[in-house]
Amino acid sequence: MQSKSNWLKLSKAQLALPYGLFLVCFVLAPLIVIIYYAFTNGEGVFTIENLTGFFLSTKTIGTLAYSFGIAIVTTSVCLLLAYPIAYILARGNFKHKSVILMIFIMPMWINFTLRITALKEILTIIEGNLSFHPFLNTVIGMTYDFLPFMILPIYTTLLKLDKNLLEAASDLGADTVQTFMKVTLPLSVPGIISGIFMVFLPSMTNYVVLDMLYNSTYIMGSLIGAYFSAYDWHGGSMISLILLIIILVFTLCTNRYADEDAGSSRGGVISR
Amino acid sequence: MNHTTSAENIIELKNISRTFDDGFRVVEDFNLTVKRGEFVTFLGPSGCGKTTTLRMIAGFDKPTEGELLLNGVDIRDLPPNKRPINTVFQRYALFPHLNVFDNIAFGLKLKKRPKVEIIRKVKRALEMVDLEGFEDRTIGTLSGGQQQRIAIARALVNEPEILLLDEPLGALDLKMRKEMQLELKNMHQRLGITFIYVTHDQEEALTMSDKIVVMSEGKIQQIGTPEDIYNEPKNAFVADFIGESNIFSGIMTGKYKVRFCGAEFDCVDDVEHGTMIDAVVRPEDVIITTPEKGTIQGKVTSVIFKGVHYEITVLSGKNEIVVQSTKKAVTGSDVGILIEPEGIHIMIAEDVVNRIETGVDKNYQLLFLDGALACDLTELFPGASFQSDGLLMDAHGDVIEPETIRILVSIKPDSIEMSDDKEAGLLRGHIINLIYKGDHYSYVVRTDEDEDFIVDDEDLWNMDDYVSLIIPEESFEYAVKK
Repeated sequence: MQSKSNWLKLSKAQLALPYGLFLVCFVLAPLIVIIYYAFTNGEGVFTIENLTGFFLSTKTIGTLAYSFGIAIVTTSVCLLLAYPIAYILARGNFKHKSVILMIFIMPMWINFTLRITALKEILTIIEGNLSFHPFLNTVIGMTYDFLPFMILPIYTTLLKLDKNLLEAASDLGADTVQTFMKVTLPLSVPGIISGIFMVFLPSMTNYVVLDMLYNSTYIMGSLIGAYFSAYDWHGGSMISLILLIIILVFTLCTNRYADEDAGSSRGGVISR
Repeated sequence: MNHTTSAENIIELKNISRTFDDGFRVVEDFNLTVKRGEFVTFLGPSGCGKTTTLRMIAGFDKPTEGELLLNGVDIRDLPPNKRPINTVFQRYALFPHLNVFDNIAFGLKLKKRPKVEIIRKVKRALEMVDLEGFEDRTIGTLSGGQQQRIAIARALVNEPEILLLDEPLGALDLKMRKEMQLELKNMHQRLGITFIYVTHDQEEALTMSDKIVVMSEGKIQQIGTPEDIYNEPKNAFVADFIGESNIFSGIMTGKYKVRFCGAEFDCVDDVEHGTMIDAVVRPEDVIITTPEKGTIQGKVTSVIFKGVHYEITVLSGKNEIVVQSTKKAVTGSDVGILIEPEGIHIMIAEDVVNRIETGVDKNYQLLFLDGALACDLTELFPGASFQSDGLLMDAHGDVIEPETIRILVSIKPDSIEMSDDKEAGLLRGHIINLIYKGDHYSYVVRTDEDEDFIVDDEDLWNMDDYVSLIIPEESFEYAVKK
């Protein structure tokens, strides 16, 4: 027994080695490089000019606000569409539940650019010229792209919800609406948060959707791209770093909220 | 909460049946009347329909047939939230996102009671379950026993007319379970609320209930007080399920006289002479004595120490008798068995048939009468078929191993014929008992293989006659034993 447990202990460390190496090479090292570039100028001298430059430029601040706007609207639309779908799928008594779920997930099987190209054609037919509604088109494109990421975690949480709790609520005098508001909705918060995570952050940075839908405005992702294409490694790194910190703060806030609210019975596809 | 002692019926179930969508009948023709303030227990093995019945009373399930009357009004179509009934769930079903206070206050808040009243009532409910000051605790920090108490408090705070408890103590350890049993019983007496309790634990049912409903396969087997159920079980199922018992098939041989295990015993039940019966004898009612003093004799085959008593198994002829005694016995010793008349409970056997349990050999031939019987196993296992390699495969495509098959062969007593010609039938034996049943005689024939067959015949034969039994093949009925 003793030798077996030793062997297991050893193997755990060994098993973690490949990922550890990966982490150092592709996460830790680039991060250090970004921090280094963000706080230096062209001559390699320490400076905070990049930081002040970001907050003093109306262009960068405007882009940040615009990105937030797109992300908030996209996330809200996704949530409003996904929750009823997930609820019906999880609660409903369908014979071919997995098939119906598949219909919502299937777009993910098709190449991303192909999907957006198809969407572009459809939108062009409807709107005539895409440049008339850049914001709307971007939100439609991103919602189309990210909706499954919102449906899945909510669906999983609702599926795992103990049916006894719903019966208990009904037993204690709650009608269908009250049961939903007081039990189902609060208990699906972890799934909602997971979904928001998977939609909000990508929609702040995924500028491919904008590009393909001829939206000439910038979001955070396109801004970083623009800096790097102009060989301004220092400015681009600083924006990346700021975005990283925003994401970090966002994660910490929602994490605490999810912990307080759902106790130990958390759900969702992301377990942190 | 005022205690009403009137014998008024609070809930009545009339011919209630519940059939699932797949056609499975979980509850069949259930009839029960519960008086106000009674403690009624549904007792039965898992899958007997007791929880489904409880769910129908709570409103989570709807009967397919029958009437469900609460205070004389049919509540079949009333949703659970409109019924003055609260449930304590098997797995507690406490809301994990609410603390103890909000869990208990859930029902009161929905009724929009004033805040002061809610606080007062929650406090009193917590006192009732001995958890004062637990208001702000989260559910995750409570032990199983504490969660159980909160679940009870959450139900009782609404002052229901009926409290339903679905195996509420199942997840607790033995010591905690015993404590909670007493507490629940005290609570019931104090509050005067009607309790309907579901359990598969016979001891729990006997300890707590005013009335026990024993269920099996969706049907009520017996309704009665704990004493009734224990002392006068109505049939072999109840006797077997409630406590340990020896069940012997036998026959009435006179007024207060019964014959089983190859001997005649005195009993206190007056059943008509010649009736086929099952005699139930509780292990604690069997007395071990010296061989010469015993009504029957046997050999001790095992002795197990059980703390309070020894459990002794005695083999007498073909019958195994389980005995509970505070005196130790020696394995292998010869003993005598005495049973007091009060210790023998007579149950009239329903439709007597000869039952033989047997298996099959490697070629799926019945191991009975040397395989002379053609029993088509594909008819006994729905969807099964024989493969080219001779193996039997079930509907799911799994092979049914011949060793795992147990077949019950049933033969009605009146389909067996007796003959003087020793070669006429496949079985031969001596007549060891005969009773006149008005229009025919009922014989017991013990075959050379030591199997007892009950045979109905209009002609008179003599005791100890050696006969052969002619059993037409078409009168055999086969069933698979699970």
